[in-house]
Amino acid sequence: MSDFSEELKGPVTDDEEVETSVRSGAGMHFPWLQTYVETVAIGGKRKKDFAQTTSACLSFIQEALLKHQWQQAAEYMYSYFQTLEDSDSYKRQAAPEIIWKLGSEILFYHPKSNMETFNTFADRMKNIGVMNYLKISLQHALYLLHHGMLKDAKRNLSEAETWRHGENTSSREILINLIQAYKGLLQYYTWSKKKMELSKLDKDDYAYNAVAQDVFNHSWKTSANISALIKIPGVWDPFVKSYVEMLEFYGDRDGAQEVLTNYAYDEKFPSNPNAHIYLYNFLKRQKAPRSKLISVLKILYQIVPSHKLMLEFHTLLRKSEKEEHRKLGLEVLFGVLDFAGCTKNITAWKYLAKYLKNILMGNHLAWVQEEWNSRKNWWPGFHFSYFWAKSDWKEDTALACEKAFVAGLLLGKGCRYFRYILKQDHQILGKKIKRMKRSVKKYSIVNPRL
Amino acid sequence: MDLEEAEEFKERCTQCAAVSWGLTDEGKYYCTNCHNVTERSQEVTSTDLIPNTQIKALNRGLKKKSNTEKGWDWYVCEGFQYILYQQAEALKNLGVGPELKNDVLHNFWKRYLQKSKQAYCKNPVYTTGRKPTVLEDNLSQSDWASEPELLSDVSCPPFLESGAESQSDIHTRKPFPISKASQSETSVCSGSLDGVEYSQRKEKGIVKMTVPRTLAFCYLSLLWQREAITLSDLLRFVEENHIPYINAFQHFPEQMKLYGRDRGIFGIESWPDYEDIYKKTIEVGTFLDLPRFPDITEDCYLHPNILCMKYLMEVNLPDEMHSLTCHVVKMTGMGEVDFLTFDPIAKMAKTVKYDVQAVAIIVVVLKLLFLLDDNFEWSLSNLAEKHNEKNKKDKPWFDFRKWYQIMKKAFDEKKQKWEEARAKYLWKSEKPLYYSFIDKPVAYKKREMVVNLQKQFSTLVDSTATAGKKSPSSFQFNWTEEDTDRTCFHGHSLQGVLKEKGQSLLTKNSLYWLSTQKFCRCYCTHVTTYEESNYSLSYQFILNLFSFLLRIKTSLLHEEVSLVEKKLFEKKYSVTRKKSRSKKVRRH
Repeated sequence: MSDFSEELKGPVTDDEEVETSVRSGAGMHFPWLQTYVETVAIGGKRKKDFAQTTSACLSFIQEALLKHQWQQAAEYMYSYFQTLEDSDSYKRQAAPEIIWKLGSEILFYHPKSNMETFNTFADRMKNIGVMNYLKISLQHALYLLHHGMLKDAKRNLSEAETWRHGENTSSREILINLIQAYKGLLQYYTWSKKKMELSKLDKDDYAYNAVAQDVFNHSWKTSANISALIKIPGVWDPFVKSYVEMLEFYGDRDGAQEVLTNYAYDEKFPSNPNAHIYLYNFLKRQKAPRSKLISVLKILYQIVPSHKLMLEFHTLLRKSEKEEHRKLGLEVLFGVLDFAGCTKNITAWKYLAKYLKNILMGNHLAWVQEEWNSRKNWWPGFHFSYFWAKSDWKEDTALACEKAFVAGLLLGKGCRYFRYILKQDHQILGKKIKRMKRSVKKYSIVNPRL
Repeated sequence: MDLEEAEEFKERCTQCAAVSWGLTDEGKYYCTNCHNVTERSQEVTSTDLIPNTQIKALNRGLKKKSNTEKGWDWYVCEGFQYILYQQAEALKNLGVGPELKNDVLHNFWKRYLQKSKQAYCKNPVYTTGRKPTVLEDNLSQSDWASEPELLSDVSCPPFLESGAESQSDIHTRKPFPISKASQSETSVCSGSLDGVEYSQRKEKGIVKMTVPRTLAFCYLSLLWQREAITLSDLLRFVEENHIPYINAFQHFPEQMKLYGRDRGIFGIESWPDYEDIYKKTIEVGTFLDLPRFPDITEDCYLHPNILCMKYLMEVNLPDEMHSLTCHVVKMTGMGEVDFLTFDPIAKMAKTVKYDVQAVAIIVVVLKLLFLLDDNFEWSLSNLAEKHNEKNKKDKPWFDFRKWYQIMKKAFDEKKQKWEEARAKYLWKSEKPLYYSFIDKPVAYKKREMVVNLQKQFSTLVDSTATAGKKSPSSFQFNWTEEDTDRTCFHGHSLQGVLKEKGQSLLTKNSLYWLSTQKFCRCYCTHVTTYEESNYSLSYQFILNLFSFLLRIKTSLLHEEVSLVEKKLFEKKYSVTRKKSRSKKVRRH
């Protein structure tokens, strides 16, 4: 540990140093403001050339990285190391992290760099700023993982896990949890490989028991490692997924459900669509009642109305006895088709065509009008233009038919999309189109049967 | 490989399960059985390394071996003397005559010590009860010429030259009365004996020595010797590391320890600034009460005629322009000995910024010839281009546009390289400066870390890219006839821009604009500030080019140009001020 006394002293020490970081809102950065604040802080005195050249050096490195000039970046980096000795203690303490980030980036890409140089660099940087030990260890492990060195990564994580220095701060606790969880993830990986092996083996195979035992041991260690992390608010998708998979494998359904419910519903956690998707898929596997599934997807619908699960949601709602659910079913379909990415989703159109007809037959014109009112200004141009009619027909006649039906129902038989499709003389679809024409005449909302 | 120290590590080896550890050079444990090296290093595992105990141990250690740890007793002024000595050596290596070091600088320095009452006087500043009357008597007698014992002292080498034993000269004469008791109190905060006191000392009328002032001393001696080095050259050599300045202390003898307050006195994190050093030179010259300097005559390097020639060559302008610069020098009287020679005891002590002035004269001549209004120079260039196309065998006419294109490219490249070199500059010395003994191991450890990291990254750097430092030269650009890409304009003729009238030549351009209309009424000689966007682009380019060559601010050059114009158009100035505010003044 290089700088005990310095770091234990805390961030504020000598008179030279003035805190000058400019943080302004979400991720915004104003370099000019920074220099302005700096000149104010030093009372208009000229910045020392040391400070000027090192900050120039930093921007040269950043530029070189941007242009993938690893060689030049390394050259500037050579000089930038001197910021570790900056007489401004605020800058000196910020230096190790900057150097680690830039240096690891350079070593990751530099053609002359290799595993060994990266490892030495990481080990050095870990010991320069004690504050960064855990962060660097974790990133080092990720680097090793990237290069397929699973064993080294695991060893690295174990070392970091047992590392103790000074007081335990809350930020460090999270880091340790994260490190443990990554270790758990690695164990999950081996476990899942073993599981694969197991599935290939015959139960009567003499090796079966040994492997099964192994699988069991791994699972126990892993769950301990991961469970601590996923209790902390955050987005932990891969951890949660693998944890749940193992819990399910050993039949702990209640445990799995608890984890997933917590992950999805705990208000302290950031809003995360995947949490609801995991829970829904789990419940579906468990054959949970429809109402439960609907309630999960309702939340997902609020977060991501264009998600592909929305079509499943629609079918669930359609089958529901509650009128309110059936109305929501319509809303969901319209919602999906609001998104440009879903315009060619034939299932969605098919569902909409069928459901519209159903609803209009069921005398719920008001529902349709409610949805249509907010869309009638832009859907015709968005979905039902002449251009779309032509291109849809060319690409996918089935889709064009479904869309034409919907267009007819919503805009009346005079609508251009509908008319274009009607004019196309298609032999196979002839019957279908005729039927469609009849339905439109009967149910279109434009000329309600008075 | 320290087996004893490794004994406290009791874990089993991960490879062979033996408990037999040794220490590698890096402080990591390795298994003596199977040579497996652990990732654990000694520092991490030894739990007794808590900072507080570390400090205690250090304190204890300090008392015991204070003599070897602390090094010599030395005074701040000795440090400066050492720096001056090194700078003089460096100047000698640059080709400056040896007299500069042995006679001039040495005497200036002794005179400084005397004037600042640090040595060579009866009551040095360190005496508790000093008697200023005696000192004043001494001073009033000591005119520069009537000080034979001082001047004859030159045979003595600077005292630190040959180590501890020969610290004789000044040391024996200096009756420093600081008692040993007070030393041990103060020495905690500085390596030098008087570092703390020195940094607090504020005495009216005394110019305190600082590292930038060492350059003022160097420049004064260069000026005295009328050497062919201008102030901008000197500062550029400093920047290029040919003259010790930044971290000059790192070449102090091993036993001269620096820390604490010495850091503020000797640690420098900025390059010298032209105006600052210029001011300090006058200040020091006046403080030393030096007599009038040797005359700057027409055969001196610092004379504007010679300097103009030099800078014309440097920026690739035709030699023929020299006669015009000489003409301007003559008309303005800026070549006169009295104007050029530095006289510190004159009423208003001032010296000429020789290099800036010469460059300003060239700028004025360019304005006379080409007007530089972003219009006239280009139409002249068209004429020159046509003429050169037709007459390929004759001496070509100077084409301003072509010159601009070539210079712009060369200048941009040079400046880019300069900026890159500055960004790569290594500021930190091999000998780290620290505040106190507690910080010492931290500072050294940091240094070691930086060196290790640098060593690692140097393998990633193309070795051919980092060539050694370039040899010093007073020229920054090199123009030769052979180079086809970079046309050399030295031999081009000015025929295209001059016309004959009777026997004399007149410039085709009959207009002129003044860089500044108004000067301050007061005596501050300030000129209205240089607001770049108010001026033509060609003028901006020329100012940028020249101020880059001299490493000065463009506003300083602009100011100098205005001063030259003020002299050249003295009459017009008074007339225009009265009559009109027209921007253009007719010439002749």
